Amino acid sequence: MEQTKGMRASNNETLAVGCGAGFSGDRVDAPGPVVRTLIERGGPAVIMFEMLAERTLALAQLARKANPDLGYETLLELVLRPILADCIQHNITIVGNFGAANPRGAAAMIHRLARELGLRVPRIAVVEGDDLSSVHGRQIVRDALEGDFDERRFVCANAYQGAFAIADAISAGAQIVVTGRVADPSLTLAPAIAHFGWSESDWDQLAGATMAGHLLECGAQVSGGYFADPGYKDVPNLEDVGFPIADIAQDGSCTVTKASNTGGLVDARTVKEQLLYEIHDPAMYLTPDVVADISDAEVAEVGPNRVRLSGVHGHPRTPTLKANVFFDGGWLGEGEISYAGEGAENRARLAMDVMNKRVGRDLQLRFDLIGVMSVLGDDTDRLLNAIRPGAATDVRLRVAAKHEDSTQIDRMLRELTALWTGGPAGGGGVRVAKRQRLSQKSCLVPRERVPASHAFV
Amino acid sequence: MTAKESIEIPLREIAHARTGDKGNRTNISLIVYDRRHYDLLVEQVTPERVAQQFAYRKPSHVARYLMPKLGAMNFVLDDVLDGGVNDSLNLDMHGKALSFHLLAMMVQVPAGALPKADEKKTIKETA
Repeated sequence: MEQTKGMRASNNETLAVGCGAGFSGDRVDAPGPVVRTLIERGGPAVIMFEMLAERTLALAQLARKANPDLGYETLLELVLRPILADCIQHNITIVGNFGAANPRGAAAMIHRLARELGLRVPRIAVVEGDDLSSVHGRQIVRDALEGDFDERRFVCANAYQGAFAIADAISAGAQIVVTGRVADPSLTLAPAIAHFGWSESDWDQLAGATMAGHLLECGAQVSGGYFADPGYKDVPNLEDVGFPIADIAQDGSCTVTKASNTGGLVDARTVKEQLLYEIHDPAMYLTPDVVADISDAEVAEVGPNRVRLSGVHGHPRTPTLKANVFFDGGWLGEGEISYAGEGAENRARLAMDVMNKRVGRDLQLRFDLIGVMSVLGDDTDRLLNAIRPGAATDVRLRVAAKHEDSTQIDRMLRELTALWTGGPAGGGGVRVAKRQRLSQKSCLVPRERVPASHAFV
Repeated sequence: MTAKESIEIPLREIAHARTGDKGNRTNISLIVYDRRHYDLLVEQVTPERVAQQFAYRKPSHVARYLMPKLGAMNFVLDDVLDGGVNDSLNLDMHGKALSFHLLAMMVQVPAGALPKADEKKTIKETA
């Protein structure tokens, strides 16, 4: 459908940004109701996908090393297939960091999908500049880490890019923008910059829309997901929780709502919880685009499932970008065995003692007694050791360790397995798992050394 | 407030919370349901008490940020995640469950200021 790009139609018109995913592995049936809602409402609209956790990108880099065509979001086709035609037909711009370690690979996949669906060739832009794995990029990172850099163990490095390269791509006519590492809220801020024509120093507007992006970037976490506590915070139809949509205004303020005809809940409580999620000093939320200040922010319920966020202020952005650097981190092993019935806790504790005596000298072990004490304690087991043995009757012992040498981990897991026949009575349900670890360092790199740009592909 | 006029309740009765993580640092928001309870939280849920609540994780520093307009405060606890998501051996390597450990903290409230059960549990009717 040929139509003037809705995006710059009127600056008084709000821009609707819907969220299609809040992490890699999010529900693939979530974007459908968001797109349907955006179509019903009409008006300029965008759907944003945040699918790139810190570790996800490192794994994608490893996948690309194994196969140069891969390294983008593995769920991408499942996510886009149901909505691609509707988005293109109704001028809903798609922005996502699902390019992961290979934005061009992702774009090629979307072109294939569009052909298969019989669509006209979509205008797809990739945004690049985040990947610092090249010789040049590694030097930038090495400088920033001041020597704390092990070339032999290096896996990948990526800088968090901001919104403006994405906004440029949208202004140049992109219907789909594929990125690698960008700051999560920049995925929402970018289309707002393109829509309202904000400049790089419109700090209050940039900060407001950044916080709109912050509210959207974890998918259902603002619309009733990750919120329910029965009897205290009840959420209707959680099994069908709707994904959020933010209506962003010209001043950067926003109103958050969710897809129509879905479960979940958007109220002042859900919005406040997500507003403060992963925030440290509320006066200084640092992104590549702006320093956002929410210390004076206000949250108001303005209708059913409609909450307005206002009063966000912005300060000039910092001269650096954050970069994450991943190194090979050796191996992690974990094994579990269950005990039930009378004396279960004593038997699980005896199994713990056996493991400690047989392996504990060579490996630092973390123990959990699931059903007695597990996640609250730290790796030194201070909390578990402080608890007097009780009479729990359904207890699962978990043993975990990390080591450079995978044979040490193998040995630990063999010992756990040997509890089948050589441990206390009645042990069952042994499971063991071993996986490679990644260790992560973060650093700040001068922004002028890592420019971002877009290209149509 | 004398002991006679006040009762001791867990924070969960009057506030909600969410945990986030960045590296080896956790943040836990604490948000009151009813603005009338905010001041008593400011008075009682001090960084020192929060450090005590999480002493078994040995935080190297606890900061508290107040946001009275939101009826909220944000706690930032340093070095409590065994190195963070890539290093920790915890099943919950993000420390996501920690918010409910904060909500288990006991606070003193005036007996008359408790939320009525139905008031607290009501969900607004949504369209």
